[in-house]
Amino acid sequence: MKARVHVMLKDGVLDPQGEAVRHALGHMGFGGVEAVRQGKVIELDLAATDKAAAEAEVKDMCEKLLANTVIEKYTIEIA
Amino acid sequence: MKAAVITFPGSNCDRDLSVAFAQAGAEVVKVWHKETEIPAGVDIIGVPGGFSYGDYLRCGAIASRSPIGRAVADFAGRGGYVLGICNGFQVLTEMKLLPGALMRNAGLKFVSKPLSLRVATTDSAFTSGYEAGQEIVIPVAHHDGNYQIDAEGLARLQGEDRVAFRYVENPNGSVDDIAGVLSENRRVLGMMPHPERVIEDAQGGADGAALFRALTSVLESA
Repeated sequence: MKARVHVMLKDGVLDPQGEAVRHALGHMGFGGVEAVRQGKVIELDLAATDKAAAEAEVKDMCEKLLANTVIEKYTIEIA
Repeated sequence: MKAAVITFPGSNCDRDLSVAFAQAGAEVVKVWHKETEIPAGVDIIGVPGGFSYGDYLRCGAIASRSPIGRAVADFAGRGGYVLGICNGFQVLTEMKLLPGALMRNAGLKFVSKPLSLRVATTDSAFTSGYEAGQEIVIPVAHHDGNYQIDAEGLARLQGEDRVAFRYVENPNGSVDDIAGVLSENRRVLGMMPHPERVIEDAQGGADGAALFRALTSVLESA
């Protein structure tokens, strides 16, 4: 079973890297980019076969390591 | 006083921190990251600067969950003193021993230079050797020193007099110019600047020495 975790900065937390990318896009002539937020994608191969159990386990991983919930939020896809 | 200095893979200020503790009169033991216990009789743990575990995932994230990381958290939980400098500060926030988080510098650049700090509180074993409001010069060297905390958390830090140092000129976007914060019991300090790099005049300044001297005098008499 595969899990994909998206980690993004929470809304309202300034993303200096996303801002830098937005500026660069503007300099390159891509007009109309109003905001850029940069995050990360983490893919996991899991031995689990039960989707609900896998999701619960990955949520625990997110809370304990994969995301810093002070500043980051996450979403989990199980496939 | 006995100080333990942790070495993670990628730590690079562990020797300087050991020398700073020793110069102030402490007995120093080095503790490797694979160890699972803090040696007996230790009064304070130093978590040094560097790039623990290559800064993978987030700065300090892997170190904070390592076996010795758990031992450091337990030590602090029992009321032990912990000093985290630079990457060590990041480790302590990742451990939740200190509130808030350290994000990429607002200017996106690595900042490495001596900076003026203002001592924001003298009410701690770390800062009792300074005068309130005193300006000291301590170098910074970091890419992720932008201290952020939500409004409620910031109000709490301010209300409880837990901001230890503020930048006179903010180099990284930190909220309220914060350079270092104390835990609720005032026994855990995290700071981005490097006091261990300025402990004798030959290093271009000695403003960091008072921090280590104050620690020794408080912990020796404890």
